[in-house]
Amino acid sequence: MNASAYNFAYLDEQTKRMIRRAILKAIAIPGYQVPFASREMPMPYGWGTGGVQVTAAILGPDDVLKVIDQGSDDTTNAISIRKFFAKTAGVATTTSTEDATVIQTRHRIPEAPLHAGQVLVYQVPIPEPLRFLEPRETETRRMHALGEYGLMHVKLYEDIARFGHIATSYAYPVKVNARYVMDPSPTPKFDNPKMDDCPALQLFGAGREKRIYAIPPHTTVVSLDFEDHPFTRYRFDAPCALCGADDTYLDEIVRDDQGSRMFVCSDTDYCEGRQAAGHRGTESAAPHKERAHG
Amino acid sequence: MAEPLTGNDEPLLVAEGLAKNYGRLIACRDISFALYPGEVLAVVGESGSGKSTLLQLLSAQLAPSAGRVSYRMRDGVLRDLASLGEAERRFLFRTDWGFVHQDPAQGLRMAVSAGANVGERLMAVGWNHYGRIRKAASSWLERVEIEVSRIDDVPRTYSGGMRQRLQIARNLVTEPRLVFMDEPTGGLDVSVQARLLDLMRNLVSELGLAAIIITHDLAVARLLSHRVMVMKGGQVIETGLTDQVLDDPREPYTQLLVSSILPP
Repeated sequence: MNASAYNFAYLDEQTKRMIRRAILKAIAIPGYQVPFASREMPMPYGWGTGGVQVTAAILGPDDVLKVIDQGSDDTTNAISIRKFFAKTAGVATTTSTEDATVIQTRHRIPEAPLHAGQVLVYQVPIPEPLRFLEPRETETRRMHALGEYGLMHVKLYEDIARFGHIATSYAYPVKVNARYVMDPSPTPKFDNPKMDDCPALQLFGAGREKRIYAIPPHTTVVSLDFEDHPFTRYRFDAPCALCGADDTYLDEIVRDDQGSRMFVCSDTDYCEGRQAAGHRGTESAAPHKERAHG
Repeated sequence: MAEPLTGNDEPLLVAEGLAKNYGRLIACRDISFALYPGEVLAVVGESGSGKSTLLQLLSAQLAPSAGRVSYRMRDGVLRDLASLGEAERRFLFRTDWGFVHQDPAQGLRMAVSAGANVGERLMAVGWNHYGRIRKAASSWLERVEIEVSRIDDVPRTYSGGMRQRLQIARNLVTEPRLVFMDEPTGGLDVSVQARLLDLMRNLVSELGLAAIIITHDLAVARLLSHRVMVMKGGQVIETGLTDQVLDDPREPYTQLLVSSILPP
């Protein structure tokens, strides 16, 4: 197929303007879910249609795009979205967090600190944090409008009553700018503190649910909790088997049916960077082979 | 209707000339009364007499076609409910008021535990300490005679009577001053009804609650209420002290209602 047949970044200009207006409104009201006329994208719902539309709307010819899926640059979803924009917008792509200007992510925030001028675009499946407790959209909107968030604590209460601690480990609710309660998309709660006072702009796009919301740079983001059960981060208590890092979020990899497993950084770029700098874990005594993706 | 009750207190809730019509259908017409702190008022009448509409008007869930409802807020000022903002009205609803539905599934969150059901109102007014919320929840379960060991069970696993008692605990936990009840004993078998009525009578007198109870069951009115209003065709046709109305009914319709109870 001839890529030049597409408008820049796939979407037509009218659609991009509509999405940009929604993004501007979302930035003006941090944490508020702005409805937008989500389009059909050439991928199924659940594969990042919301994130892709946001990325398409903000992408310029000079941008450098990075796409991660669960922290990894080399899964099917990440590769195909990266290729999609390389083809339809002709932008440069990278796997380096440092070099990217736009980072589209599914379920992780990169380990390397983000800097001013970067935009982090999240793919969001269900934007409404109150949804599983209150099924009516009219009612949840009213609760947001009036700041009635007692229900959010009911969920945390249930966790403690059942498991003895707050067992919610991803999509952990946060309060943005001391006003709106927001679902940070299914990122692990390990990443929640990174959203607070972040120098980069954070945009959230939910394609199926047709909502966009945002956290402007340097906005306070507080994870909800109880006084006697404060918010805690969670990670597997092990160093990365490849780079030896003991402060990163880890994936658990099952290796056989005898119960043996290894833990590796979920952020592949960060892990490779550490290995290139000479850090070694228990499983990487041999020099690291070439990068598997391009 | 004139207000015969004497007392040094000022009224808690005042209804003046309340009316509601749905197109040409008149659901309520010209209803006026005052409710005093600690007073229990029963509204009786057959199905379709406008009882439930009246309850919705009084609890500001429905806007009246004419007339108004005023409520004395905790700061002592009598305010027209229609003048309250939505936020204020909803705040009132989960702090100073209670609403007990006939069907507990409407008043409870069936998918979360009993403890969270009772604790929800506390969390909504800013309680942020798990231990304290749980303590308050267990003490309320005890008061409504639900075993504390069932605090983590969801109401789906409860019997009808237990659900209704849980609903009452959930409403009373913020110490409201006024409770609306819509057929609170409907759908329960007789022995469970008796136990629930006994519990409610104790709680109401212990806490000094004012209550408006909608019922078609005159026994409920006799047991719980100080005063009775009889409704028919959207109008109040008779009002007075409970024993006076039930033992010596004036209106033919009230006489019919009273005589339709089987003698014990």
